[in-house]
Amino acid sequence: MNAQPPAGIALSINGEATSIMAPPATRLSAALRDSLGLTGTKTGCDAGDCGACTVLLDGAQVCACMVPLAQAEGRAVTTIEGFSATRWGRALGASFLAHGAAQCGICTPGMVMAAAELLAETPAPDEAAVEAALGGVLCRCTGYRAITEAVLAAHRFLDAPPAPAPEDDAVGARLARIDGPEKLDGSALYGADTAPADALWLRPIRSPHAHARFRLGAAPPGVTLLTAADVPGRNGFGIYPHIKDQPVFCAHTALYRGDCVAALVGAREAVLAAELPIEWEPLPALDMAAARAPGAPLVHAHLPGNVLTTGRVISGTPATATHSADIAIRTGFVEHAYIEPEAGYAERIGDQIKIFASTQAPYMDREEVAGVLGIPQEDVRIIPSACGGGFGGKLDVSLQPMLAVAAWKLGRPVRAVYGRPESMAASTKRHPARIQARAGCDAQGRLTHFDFEGDYDTGAYASWGPTVAGRVPVHASGPYRVPAVRAQARAIHSHNPPSGAFRGFGVPQAAIAQEALWDMLADKAGLDRLEFRALNALRAGDTSATGQRLEHSVGLLACLDALRPRWRELRAAAAAANAAGGGALRHGVGVACMWYGIGNTGMSNPSTMRLSLAPDGRLEFRNGAVDIGQGSSTVLAQIAAQALGLRVADLHHINGDTFLTPDAGKTSASRQSFVSGRAAMEAGLALRAAILRRANAGPDAALELRQGVLLVDGAALALSETLHGEGSFDPPTIPLDANGQGIPYACYGFAAQIAALAVDTRLGTIHMQRIVAAHDVGRAINPTLVEGQIHGGIAQGLGLALMEEYIPGRTENLHDYLIPSMGDVPEIETFLIEDPEPLGPYGAKGVGEPALVATAPAIFSAIRDATGAVITRVPALPYRVLEAIARV
Amino acid sequence: MDRYFRPRSLAEALDILAEHTPRPLAGGTDLYPALTGAEAWGPRPALDWMDISGLSALHGIEAAEGGLRIGALVSWTQIATAALPPALAALQQAARQVGGRQVQNRGTLLGNLCNASPAADGVPPLLILDAEIELASAAGTRRLRLGDFLRGNRATARRPDELAVALHIPPPPEAESRFEKLGTRRQLVISIVMVAGLLRLEAGRVAEARIAVGACSAVARRLPGLEAALRGAAPGDVAGIIGGATLDPLTPIADIRGTAEYRLSAARTLVARSLGA
Ligand SMILES: Cc1cc2nc3c(=O)[nH]c(=O)nc-3n(C[C@@H](O)[C@@H](O)[C@H](O)COP(=O)(O)OP(=O)(O)OC[C@H]3O[C@@H](n4cnc5c(N)ncnc54)[C@H](O)[C@@H]3O)c2cc1C
Ligand code: FES
Ligand code: FES
Repeated sequence: MNAQPPAGIALSINGEATSIMAPPATRLSAALRDSLGLTGTKTGCDAGDCGACTVLLDGAQVCACMVPLAQAEGRAVTTIEGFSATRWGRALGASFLAHGAAQCGICTPGMVMAAAELLAETPAPDEAAVEAALGGVLCRCTGYRAITEAVLAAHRFLDAPPAPAPEDDAVGARLARIDGPEKLDGSALYGADTAPADALWLRPIRSPHAHARFRLGAAPPGVTLLTAADVPGRNGFGIYPHIKDQPVFCAHTALYRGDCVAALVGAREAVLAAELPIEWEPLPALDMAAARAPGAPLVHAHLPGNVLTTGRVISGTPATATHSADIAIRTGFVEHAYIEPEAGYAERIGDQIKIFASTQAPYMDREEVAGVLGIPQEDVRIIPSACGGGFGGKLDVSLQPMLAVAAWKLGRPVRAVYGRPESMAASTKRHPARIQARAGCDAQGRLTHFDFEGDYDTGAYASWGPTVAGRVPVHASGPYRVPAVRAQARAIHSHNPPSGAFRGFGVPQAAIAQEALWDMLADKAGLDRLEFRALNALRAGDTSATGQRLEHSVGLLACLDALRPRWRELRAAAAAANAAGGGALRHGVGVACMWYGIGNTGMSNPSTMRLSLAPDGRLEFRNGAVDIGQGSSTVLAQIAAQALGLRVADLHHINGDTFLTPDAGKTSASRQSFVSGRAAMEAGLALRAAILRRANAGPDAALELRQGVLLVDGAALALSETLHGEGSFDPPTIPLDANGQGIPYACYGFAAQIAALAVDTRLGTIHMQRIVAAHDVGRAINPTLVEGQIHGGIAQGLGLALMEEYIPGRTENLHDYLIPSMGDVPEIETFLIEDPEPLGPYGAKGVGEPALVATAPAIFSAIRDATGAVITRVPALPYRVLEAIARV
Repeated sequence: MDRYFRPRSLAEALDILAEHTPRPLAGGTDLYPALTGAEAWGPRPALDWMDISGLSALHGIEAAEGGLRIGALVSWTQIATAALPPALAALQQAARQVGGRQVQNRGTLLGNLCNASPAADGVPPLLILDAEIELASAAGTRRLRLGDFLRGNRATARRPDELAVALHIPPPPEAESRFEKLGTRRQLVISIVMVAGLLRLEAGRVAEARIAVGACSAVARRLPGLEAALRGAAPGDVAGIIGGATLDPLTPIADIRGTAEYRLSAARTLVARSLGA
């Protein structure tokens, strides 16, 4: 009987005969990655759900994570590494780059290989064919539209000459992302793609209970057990300097399902197969409702009532309202679902530690690792891997502290890769919220007051809970003139997963309640819903509820103006469709607005960028901002080059390595274009000034780098030493007082979106038809990248609205937890409004988070328009939509 | 210690099953995800698999006994792209909605049946065709009606020493069937409810109605009461009859995807749509 592992499995990979020594049941993806080093094939779930591992098997697309190596024997496997070098591979690559179809890039190899199967048969496919062929690959960044466009157009890029350095790379140009090529040929290295050959494996051991005391047994021989006792420094980490409440390894009690209690380290197979005896004593677990009840047990003994933080904004006295409205809503946990699970390695080098991992915040990681090891921050080197999506979820450390402890203690490099269920159970989430809101307007429709009370389930540990509680009240009343605001948000501890940062920091949940009130008031006042918003919209010169006078760059009215023609057309089309009687389908159009403060709330958040020009003509750009797919590397390069007067192609990039780059702060709060962008501009201007001084040239002199020689107004300038230019920026803010008065942000992004859809009134399903989005971004440094952020935000907003709900223990994978697939995202039309922000680089503000906030409220507005149903339980799963319709 | 058998002939496979009872592995699109789920909260379980992909006897869709014989290694893509009678349209529509192309290219119809998920999309379209499963063991072969083969959530009548080798579809009625699938997103979605339906008209009346509903009971079910009530009806009365029917023997449960009442009401709507009413 042939039950023994065979000698080696022979197959052809990218046209070359190969033999792989691995057990026959080895997943083909693992064999490609681990045995052959072909890490272009990505692993996002090992369950067929994400398609990141898509390869061709005898020309047919398959998920390599579900193919036993034995079944590939004697067959031809094509991976991104092979395909990208072919004629069609180059064409698809060029088309993806031109369309901005790769953002973080982790889904890109899968998308390209799925397209490879299609294009081999159908060189010029239609949209339905693209959707059918690529529908098995999930993308969390792009909203899919750019990918569809790129595949549709790929044949036009066949045999195109390799792109020369693009001529137009100035601010405002649609420059292809500079880190794009390595994402398209599979060579970009993500957290799981590289580690020293002798690295040991670490497997975290996690609590399957929401709240439990435990006793650990002994690890099997050959495997090292790490526990709380092994943490050399502080056994705690957390976003806030004074709240390091999340242990690397729990000491004796786990506070949520997924809490880490220990780790096993050793040879890979041994660690994966090792059984660790644990005695669990489950304890009563609190959800938010139970945690708020009077006399509830305390999750953390020092926080009475389980309240972590309360944020409030109180301003003005309400005038009498003619019309009033109120609403109560509930939202669920939302998972970031970046397609790249957490992964990386740590290596001890003498008294220093080096960590290579997927992250959004290298400088915060450095601080946490230093604290946990009890060593100076200067001895911690964080090297961010290519980041396969973050959306706020990779701002907190995940595996960095435990890897550091293991590598420190064992003196060997140690690596870890989270599985999908582990990533989902362990990582932070969007806060579930219970919100009650009330508002009124006068007979003309002018808002009189807005009251908001929101409880946000912040889970077992603080993470970004205080940020959410602080940001929500400031934004709760939306981008509107509201004379009297009373808004309060509380972050409540429970035995749920820690809620952290997720695109919008609690604001999207608040916007759902607030925009629903506007629709009700508009109807009562007899006003068109868009005109109601225009009537009440903030304008330059207005004062916000925090007492901040908004002097510049308040482009909301311009957004609404841009949308108005579409609003009328789509409303007319919906009315006509409804009049024609569509059977079960009812058509509706909704609108919503948003604003979003760029950068930290009333807190310093500086960034520094550095440029240098060496005598040999090497122009270095030291940029510590992590590009998580949003395109900061490209945008900052465009800004720096523009300020300097040289070309983007002249720059040599040194990115996010805490030993080599200055602190750019974290990639969060939509701040990199604005804050780091301004720093990059200052750095560019500083280096330019240094050059002009050397050359004794006037301010308008033209610079050029030609084969390593610097030309100033056409004349070569020899440098004897390296010239430097450094720029820093910290947006001016004033901390909020007890009533939420102050200047929380230096500037705000504004947007308005329209959603057009049909509701199947028998099934409660929503058929999205169109989203039209107008965003005031100050200045679009790179319109393709800005549109990419808007599309991606819309897709996430759609997911929040209609399908995403994380339930611990129940939806810990990507088939029970649903994120939008290619077929879910409708046509998107964008209008970029450029109302320049004087503080920003060339007028730019941020767009990363604003993109998401308006989408869910616009969708709910459209559902109400179509059916009269008010959605109060989010996500609006089909059964909940029917329940809401039944309440009308 | 893992075991991975790779028989080269059916006889060899049946001997292995008789002696070692490993789990058959076809396309792996259920087995690998289940392994990932098992690994998530504990040590990696030992594998005990028999890879049946090398058994050439299990390939192909053939005409047989006036109907069709579908081999155990036939993939969803092969179902979707084969030229099949109109009564199998529901099966072909289901095939295009199982996962993405990657899953369709690898996953097998028989694996879907043997896996016996309540939400298996292959089941309703086959129930309305009165399909039978052929089980082989070293001791001989037997055939079971699909409804008898499926015993419950993840439970079948297959003995551990048996292999499902083929599916038999008796001569189908001359009418086009339709598949209706309800999920929370457009692609890659586990069904909340799915329905396969077929109406055959004779002389302007319903001569025969066949309806099966999935995900509304532990195993997908035919609706014999409603089928009988529709017999002889005028096409214009079909919607009304469905609207007033009791939908026995459906016993939906509530879960994260929907309440029991919702499932029942959605099933009623989808039954009507599957019959064009
Ligand atoms: C991303 C994704 C999406 C999916 N979407 C859907 C969907 O929408 N609808 C749906 O119904 N299914 C869906 N599935 C599941 C579907 O792919 C499987 O049910 C598939 O049809 C099983 O076939 P397989 O050959 O891959 O089975 P395998 O995984 O190889 O086996 C499945 C089970 O059947 C047994 N088995 C297989 N063949 C035989 C045999 N010949 N004799 C006896 N036992 C056997 C195995 O032991 C195992 O228990 C999805 C799967 C994935 C990964
Ligand atoms: S890793 Fe294979 S589908 Fe996700
Ligand atoms: S670009 Fe698709 S997941 Fe990031």
